[in-house]
Amino acid sequence: MEQQLPAFIVGAPLLFSVIVPILGRKWRQSAFVITVATVAVSTVASALSLERVLREGTIRYYLGGWEPPVGIEWLIDEVSAFVSLVVTSVSLLVVISTRRWAEREAGDRPGVFYGLVLLLLAGLTGIVITGDLFNLFVFLEIASLAAYALVFIGGRRAMLAGFRYLIIGSIGGAFYLLGVGFIYFATGTLNMIEARQLLEEAESTRAVQVGAVFIFTGLGLKMALVPMHLWLPDAYEHAPSSVNSLIAPVMTKVAAFAMLRMFLSVFPPGYLSGTVPVADALLVLGLIGIVFGSVAAAGQTDIRRMLAYSSVSQLAFIAVGIGLGTPLALAAALLHVVNHAAMKATLFLATASVRFRVGLQRTHNLAGLGPRMPLTMGAFAVGSVAMVGIPPTAGFFSKWYMVQAGLDEGQWIVVAVVLLSSLLTAVYLFKVLEQVYLRPAKPEPSEHDGDEHSPPADSASQPVEQPAMRPVVERAREAPLDVWLPLVLLGAATVVLGVINVVIMEHVLLPGVEVS
Amino acid sequence: MSETTASALPFAAVLVPVGAAVLAALTTGRWPNLRDMWATLAGIVMVVIAVLMLTDTLDGRIHRTMLLELSPGIDIALRADPAGMIFGLLVSVLWVLAGVYAVGYMRGEHEQKQTRFFTAFALSIAAAAGVALAENLLTFVLFYELLSLFTYPLVTHRETETALVAGRKYLAYTLSGGLMLIGATAWLHVLGVDATFQAGGFLDSAGLDSAKQWGLFVLLAGGVGVKAAVMPLHSWLPSAMVAPTPVSALLHAVAVVKAGVFGMVRVGVFVFGASLLDDMGAWLVLAIMSAGTLLIASILALRHDNLKRRLAYSTISHLSYIVLGVALIGPLALTGALLHIVGHGVTKITMFFVAGAIHVRTHKENVSELDGIGRQMPVTMGSFALASLSMVGIPPFILFTSKFYLGWGAVEVNQQIFLIVYLVSGLIAAGYLFPIVIRAFLRSSPDHTRYGEADVRMVAPIAVTALLALAWGVAPDLPLGFFELASTVADAAFPQSVALAGGTP
Amino acid sequence: MIDEIAARFPYWAIAVLLVVGLYGMIGKRSLVKQVIGLSIFQSAIILFFISGSLLEGATLPILYSVHGGEHANPDDFVNPLPHVLMLTAIVVGVAITGVALSFLVSIYREFGTLDEREMLDEMRK
Repeated sequence: MEQQLPAFIVGAPLLFSVIVPILGRKWRQSAFVITVATVAVSTVASALSLERVLREGTIRYYLGGWEPPVGIEWLIDEVSAFVSLVVTSVSLLVVISTRRWAEREAGDRPGVFYGLVLLLLAGLTGIVITGDLFNLFVFLEIASLAAYALVFIGGRRAMLAGFRYLIIGSIGGAFYLLGVGFIYFATGTLNMIEARQLLEEAESTRAVQVGAVFIFTGLGLKMALVPMHLWLPDAYEHAPSSVNSLIAPVMTKVAAFAMLRMFLSVFPPGYLSGTVPVADALLVLGLIGIVFGSVAAAGQTDIRRMLAYSSVSQLAFIAVGIGLGTPLALAAALLHVVNHAAMKATLFLATASVRFRVGLQRTHNLAGLGPRMPLTMGAFAVGSVAMVGIPPTAGFFSKWYMVQAGLDEGQWIVVAVVLLSSLLTAVYLFKVLEQVYLRPAKPEPSEHDGDEHSPPADSASQPVEQPAMRPVVERAREAPLDVWLPLVLLGAATVVLGVINVVIMEHVLLPGVEVS
Repeated sequence: MSETTASALPFAAVLVPVGAAVLAALTTGRWPNLRDMWATLAGIVMVVIAVLMLTDTLDGRIHRTMLLELSPGIDIALRADPAGMIFGLLVSVLWVLAGVYAVGYMRGEHEQKQTRFFTAFALSIAAAAGVALAENLLTFVLFYELLSLFTYPLVTHRETETALVAGRKYLAYTLSGGLMLIGATAWLHVLGVDATFQAGGFLDSAGLDSAKQWGLFVLLAGGVGVKAAVMPLHSWLPSAMVAPTPVSALLHAVAVVKAGVFGMVRVGVFVFGASLLDDMGAWLVLAIMSAGTLLIASILALRHDNLKRRLAYSTISHLSYIVLGVALIGPLALTGALLHIVGHGVTKITMFFVAGAIHVRTHKENVSELDGIGRQMPVTMGSFALASLSMVGIPPFILFTSKFYLGWGAVEVNQQIFLIVYLVSGLIAAGYLFPIVIRAFLRSSPDHTRYGEADVRMVAPIAVTALLALAWGVAPDLPLGFFELASTVADAAFPQSVALAGGTP
Repeated sequence: MIDEIAARFPYWAIAVLLVVGLYGMIGKRSLVKQVIGLSIFQSAIILFFISGSLLEGATLPILYSVHGGEHANPDDFVNPLPHVLMLTAIVVGVAITGVALSFLVSIYREFGTLDEREMLDEMRK
């Protein structure tokens, strides 16, 4: 049983992604229940795997018992087990929290919706724990396909965004595959560990360098590294609330993790800094991305689009860590993968909860909401503070270690930009907090300023066309328990992750980074 | 010398206000009396805790709490060392008074969202206590940042457009300062320097080259300089005066800005240390900047008719008294600087309290409107008069004692020019404070409205703080041992000149 | 120069296909043409893998005793793994194309057009 744990992490969601749509046709309610149970199984399996890795060291799981080079290997070390745990547990909370919206947004086929969610999760966990280059491609495409479809169901605007996401995402996947081809023909293996050994022995050939560039470009597109981010804001803005709360925290982060894995486990250190300076490119694009994303976010009025640009900025931060390439920098990047998953899930869920209650998402229309939805907005505030990086929240520590890594390397510009990013983040997030807490509720959100003002999801009983007697915001009530509890847990996680960061760093991330 | 004992007391000192904040938030506006009681109650508990630690600190037994490891190799730890005790005691004593005063003020002004106010207020106090007791630089930075965050809702409490703009400015300044500190802390960690505060400094023995020393100096002094409102980093302070008066009083006369100057003491004495500041020549930079600030701010204070703004510039000026005292790197100047933290805190809080009381009763904000107010509010304005005497430095008030030591310190290190700066600034202080007192008592009221004293919850704290300014001037050691603490710090920071400092009253 | 191009003919062909595919995806307004571009792009990659596995004069990777049994020389055989991988890649490609086409159906029902610019105009209304 214990030997087969990895199979449960990926296998459970993969299997039930097929079963749920079938059962969901007949018993609508079963879809949600089975999905939650499946994600819970995957979460528990990840946790047990992590515990076992910490006890016994890296697990090398051979799929179907076939050893490499013939078979596919799954490689579960401290880092991948931990990231897998984060991905599954964040997804679990988000899925529970978004049930009410999903029922609305998925229309009459909740089974299909939850099938896609499970497929997404199977792909994401697969990317995280696989140790095979081609297998990574397959999981990448599984996750992406599910994500395209989930974004697409968000309505008119989401259609074009979803289609563009598909085209660009597929280019990314194809580029990645092309790069894998170059590596395969240079080394004759697709196993990450073997490829690493062979690449270390071999001289850095042109073919491998070209392959590295393709892989970099492909994963860069998937993780929305500036200037390859163009698909992301539209996709996040128009996707259904129940979807962007799920894909924003984990999807791009997992792509970033795959990028990190390439640099950590496949390409030997120093390999990518010579004639083809991929590492430097990551660093430079990352630095540009941090600033660009924050500045762009500050200019947005739609809160989801703002958070999307914020994601661009935060992903660029991870890219900077990979680009620096020292163990500390990589650990900082990994810590940020984890932290950002928790922080962004909090922010997106809170936003979705507001949309669900009052149907608003323009920042300037959120005035006066703080006291009326105290738990939701409280979680949002904590998440914002964590994003800005006030100690002892999680966001502080990824910056703290990244600054140290930059100082170690004498990269002053990294230090300056990382510190500055805190301020830039404060600019756009405190703008929202100021509205939410410090401004009085507006009489009525004006239509002309562009808020779609979709009717609140829970007021189906009252006709929407009827002019509101009181301001929309003043009618707002706190979200129901099953919505706010996961949200508050995630908000608390952004603080807890910060307080216990030493445990994570010393037992999980730093050993994981140094072994590879 | 001193020994360290593991103890939960320093942590308790930080935790008590947090508890008060939680209780206040839970009690909410439904039971306002209960809610407002927590702050005073917690303040008294905090004073008791501080006094419990005080005797041990004076005996050389330092209470220390190790909380947890915050970053590999760096613990977050609290320690009741003499310097920290000065600031911690001051904050806790004044919190009791400000707590009482705030209730009267907030109710008198019918302020909105009082629960949020009292919660954030208590959290700010917790952060200030953390700043006081922080054992190392990272712990200090942690609480310093939290202080910025928790005071933000207080600055913007009025929710007017001006308040929001002031809030943005406040955040921009203080967060930038925090980032400089974070950068410096990370840098020290990367350089392998253990950033635990030590009397006499730890950087001297780290053997860094001059460029690194200067880089760290700029980051650290700049980082704390923002809250210490050293020009040109001061402009957030007058803007932040839009906050309700108890906030201006406790936070922008005591907790926040004193966290800045206290940070300057930590940086100057406990990070760099006298000999390194001397070798680098950094003291001169600091001295010139602070001397410039204290003169310019005094002069600017003359021009402002708005009472709170005038007091704000006066605050900027007096903060730089302290910074200059640190920069002069002598035991006497340091003793004076530490005493000035206490003295200015208790004196300035009186003045802000008075400004608030006047506003509650009369809605007057400008100095020119205060004609004859002294006869209508004799206790309030009498206290203001006492505070003015203290502020100008008339014996036997506490600010005379501290200024005396500061001036003597300047002479001790042969920098008579700064003695002159101190004296001139004192004269200007008389120029911007005495006219208020004269107007209040000697001119007759233009209108015939009879105002009378404010609520007793406001008047009592005013009288107490004014009397404290006098009492601590007469006997700085009673009952809290500020002088002994200050001279202990100075002795530890300047071991070679113990005799000089020890030989004074 | 010409010799070099000729010697690496498959690679040049692949490069041309890649560019054509990219142009189709990025340069064309019609969503159908974008999907076609995507297919061309994916085909190019499949060709790349297959051509990389080929060896001059090599034969099917089936071990008959006539080829020397266990002591077979790997140079005598075509590398089978890329072919297997490409079977998977084709499946992935078909899945993507399938999803893309189903998107197109929904989009056409909603907007009545598959022209990107017309869709944007439609949305602004």
